[in-house]
Amino acid sequence: MANIPENLRYTKDHEWLSVDGETAALGITDYAQSSLGDVVYIDMPRVGDKFGAHEAFGSVESVKAVSEIFTPIAGEIVELNNGLNDTPEKVNSDPYGDGWMIKIKMENAGAADALLSAEEYEEYLSTIG
Amino acid sequence: MSSEELKRTPLYQAHIDLGGKMVDFGGWNMPVQYTAGVIEEHMRTRTQAGLFDVSHMGEIWVEGEDAIPFVNRITTNDVTKLVDGQAHYSALTNENGGVVDDLLVYRFDRGKLLLVVNASTTEKDWDWITSHKGDDDITLTNASADYCQIAVQGPLAKIILKKLTDSDLNAIKYYHFTVGTVDGVNSIISRTGYTGEDGFEVYAATDYARQLWDKLLEAGYYGTETGILPAGLAARNTLRLEAGMSLYGHELSDDITTLEANLGWITKLQKGEFTGSDKISAQKEKGLTRRLVGFEMTDRGIARDGFDVYINGDKVGYVTSGSPAPFLHKNIGYAFVPTEFANVGQELKIDVRGKQLSAVVVPTPFYKREK
Repeated sequence: MANIPENLRYTKDHEWLSVDGETAALGITDYAQSSLGDVVYIDMPRVGDKFGAHEAFGSVESVKAVSEIFTPIAGEIVELNNGLNDTPEKVNSDPYGDGWMIKIKMENAGAADALLSAEEYEEYLSTIG
Repeated sequence: MSSEELKRTPLYQAHIDLGGKMVDFGGWNMPVQYTAGVIEEHMRTRTQAGLFDVSHMGEIWVEGEDAIPFVNRITTNDVTKLVDGQAHYSALTNENGGVVDDLLVYRFDRGKLLLVVNASTTEKDWDWITSHKGDDDITLTNASADYCQIAVQGPLAKIILKKLTDSDLNAIKYYHFTVGTVDGVNSIISRTGYTGEDGFEVYAATDYARQLWDKLLEAGYYGTETGILPAGLAARNTLRLEAGMSLYGHELSDDITTLEANLGWITKLQKGEFTGSDKISAQKEKGLTRRLVGFEMTDRGIARDGFDVYINGDKVGYVTSGSPAPFLHKNIGYAFVPTEFANVGQELKIDVRGKQLSAVVVPTPFYKREK
């Protein structure tokens, strides 16, 4: 059973958000990293890039495949986890901790409330099998 | 194709039991990886041992007085040079000199040859081979369904297999084979493989597949930190790519000649006529217009199969295989480029999903094991 921390928000694209005031950290979930397999490369945006809700801001690559990553909320990239350049495997080993990818300054602070709770995400996972 | 319609090797249940992630590979239900993951499976094969189910490969017997001349007429390598107990890598060609499939030819004796062909092309090859039988005094048998095939590869492969066989493995040189027993089961034991490591491929009757598989895992201390690992198709691909080996459908196809794919070394034009040899000779005389090169990414990013290759702003070729190389910690690949650019050191640009990333032509194989 995939790990789903209580205190985070989730999306059906298997991203998680950790809200801290106006800023949110974002990464991919345990379910996503497990499906992808060994992550070898993350294509990151730049600090200052702006994205709309549901826009792809980058991609995560495993040995075999490439998957786009989406930000569920509109905002501006304020920080990148550059450590992932050298150790992309952190996405697999610590998807909610050292595997965080970007920090985004949210256009609407309340936007994260519309995302799935841990319980809702868990339920969603059970439907996709 | 639903997973029920896909073909299964005799080791299907073993893959499920080992946590294999199953995918459709050319109509076969095969594990792309197991629980350890691609990178660990790849690395363990290079440092200890990996176990591969290759039972989906095809086996075609050519027997009779004309076995050698027949096979020599339809393949590029020189079958007359094989001795009993020796195998060689070769290509089945079409009238244009393009490759129908790459294969191994095993000589058991002058009247008995075994052709081992790719899984996704077995039917195509069978039809091709049978349609080229003229008045040859031979019997052709498609024995693909009768055999399982398991590859044990890595520096410890010999030590592991030695526990299960009385055959003198030291006496089997690279690309040679013997007929013996593995765990009491009649087997062809071949010192061949698709990883660039030392290793063996074991062929036996399908009924014994699970027994051999389990015994090899046990003999290799599967489950320990440095024990043998079952390795799936993804690791099989990264291993062969690092080792500079071709994959049919990528570096080789009906429209690609062995010369273009840097397989001049298995193309023995001096042996006499074979299918398409006139076209290959003409190509050789005229000079190739394109050839395969190995490259390494110099920008961060991974080139994938099919991506376009640019030189000096012009689209000149394409990537045939592109992937991370776990052992080398690089992103590598093969590409076709015009002959004038097929030189080590040539800079390339590869279109990676809209971005032009830099790469450079490097010598191949990318990886060579220590002797």
